Amino acid sequence: MPKIHFLEFGGREHLIEVPAGTSVMQAAVDNNVPGIDGDCGGECACATCHVYVEPAWLEKTGERTVPEDELLNFASTAQENSRLACQIRMDDALDGLRVRLPESQH
Amino acid sequence: MSTLAVNRAQYEAQAVPLDRIDVSDPKRFQDDTVWPYFERLRKEDPVHFCRDGMFGPYWSITKYRDIMAVDTNHKAFSSEAGGIIIVDRNVGERFPNFIAMDPPKHDEQRKTVSPIVAPANLANLEGLIRSRVCTILDSLPRQESFNWVDKVSIELTTQMLATLFDFPFEDRRLLTYWSDVATTFPQAGQPIDTWEKRDAILAECLAYFTRLWNERINKAPGSDLISMLAHSPATRNMQPREFLGNLILLIVGGNDTTRNSITGGLWFMNQNPDQLQKLRNNPALIPSAVSEIIRYQTPLAHMRRTAVQDAIVGGKRIREGDKVVMWYISGNRDEEVIENANSFIIDRKNPRQHLSFGFGIHRCVGNRLAEMQLRILWEEILRRELDVKVTGEPVRVPSNFVHGYSSLSVRISA
Repeated sequence: MPKIHFLEFGGREHLIEVPAGTSVMQAAVDNNVPGIDGDCGGECACATCHVYVEPAWLEKTGERTVPEDELLNFASTAQENSRLACQIRMDDALDGLRVRLPESQH
Repeated sequence: MSTLAVNRAQYEAQAVPLDRIDVSDPKRFQDDTVWPYFERLRKEDPVHFCRDGMFGPYWSITKYRDIMAVDTNHKAFSSEAGGIIIVDRNVGERFPNFIAMDPPKHDEQRKTVSPIVAPANLANLEGLIRSRVCTILDSLPRQESFNWVDKVSIELTTQMLATLFDFPFEDRRLLTYWSDVATTFPQAGQPIDTWEKRDAILAECLAYFTRLWNERINKAPGSDLISMLAHSPATRNMQPREFLGNLILLIVGGNDTTRNSITGGLWFMNQNPDQLQKLRNNPALIPSAVSEIIRYQTPLAHMRRTAVQDAIVGGKRIREGDKVVMWYISGNRDEEVIENANSFIIDRKNPRQHLSFGFGIHRCVGNRLAEMQLRILWEEILRRELDVKVTGEPVRVPSNFVHGYSSLSVRISA
């Protein structure tokens, strides 16, 4: 099963293993990784699963979707490598993915 | 509400022909009898067309997932074409503001004000909010009945709003007054029974804020909302009606909603003493309880959209030009998505999964500030072991938009 490294804002790291097809948001919520809320349940409707994808993984995780880009547009701490974790689905090509969490979800 | 009134509402909601149901009648919100109507619609006709509504023909969207689908489809469902509340006003009579705009103008104006409720600024505000909460709680009368809405809910939210605007503190109750005036409408049966009366009072609001604007535009940019609006390229050239529109949006958004969740929370805890005990035993549940209060209250009962293209929702064809009302208050009680949705449960599994803030690009910009105010209030109530007993039924406001209270009589015994 593919693995994800979550780096909390304070620096603590969580290594989570999930079945292929699971979203990065769901992986965090199901495994109690603090710092990801996922209020809308993965509908790309709230921007409370904001993560920064480590640059080395940007190409593999692909482009933001249009609604995702609209929501990130309003996130005060968004950067070039910001994504909504509910919009990234894990597969073997993403095994070892590293994402950093913002200070808070907004 | 008496058992008799509840039974009667349940009977009437079942007896009325489906196509005659009009959930928009403000009286049903005032006497708290709207629930069985929504329950019936969710079960029998979740996307419901009302031809002869008090506010004209409209679609009611009553289930969680359908509401989510409309809220996130801003291309088909415009906020600008007909505004965001069920009451219609002609374009020339409206006060334009960013929640009632579509992209790209919405995006630019929203981005102007959003930094004030961004994480960095919230951290700055936390200490101030706590000290005010402490002052308010410590000054409450003991052993005598008083109105919780006035002494706590309004006081706390209005102080906060005055700070965000850097509004003269001694005049802060004007903000409450303008907020109440802005959300009423002639059909509500209140003292302000014509649009002219309402607009005359709001003109005073505009005049007051224009003075503040003129002061601040001539100074270096500050961190308050007026200064932000006066100096941002996206908002500094607003016409007076648009300035007033955005002021009303920020006043109502920062005032009515949190105010009514503060009152609702106290009422729910009194109605559900087992939940209050659970919270006292484990204050770590406060954030979860705060989300549950906001869900259970649903301080804004609806948001309205206007279809700007044909669309299918829940199997029904909605035509271009139709008025579409998303009843957040109903979707938040949808058992298909929220287990035991009619019960107040402070430690439910997914407390943040609710519709009260809306979803999509218009999602509440101040939601974290609202949650913070409620969290701090409950932290300080628990820390003081304040025993606040409700001594009468709450008095609710006659509105299908602001779902709230004008009074809640309480008494503190210790």
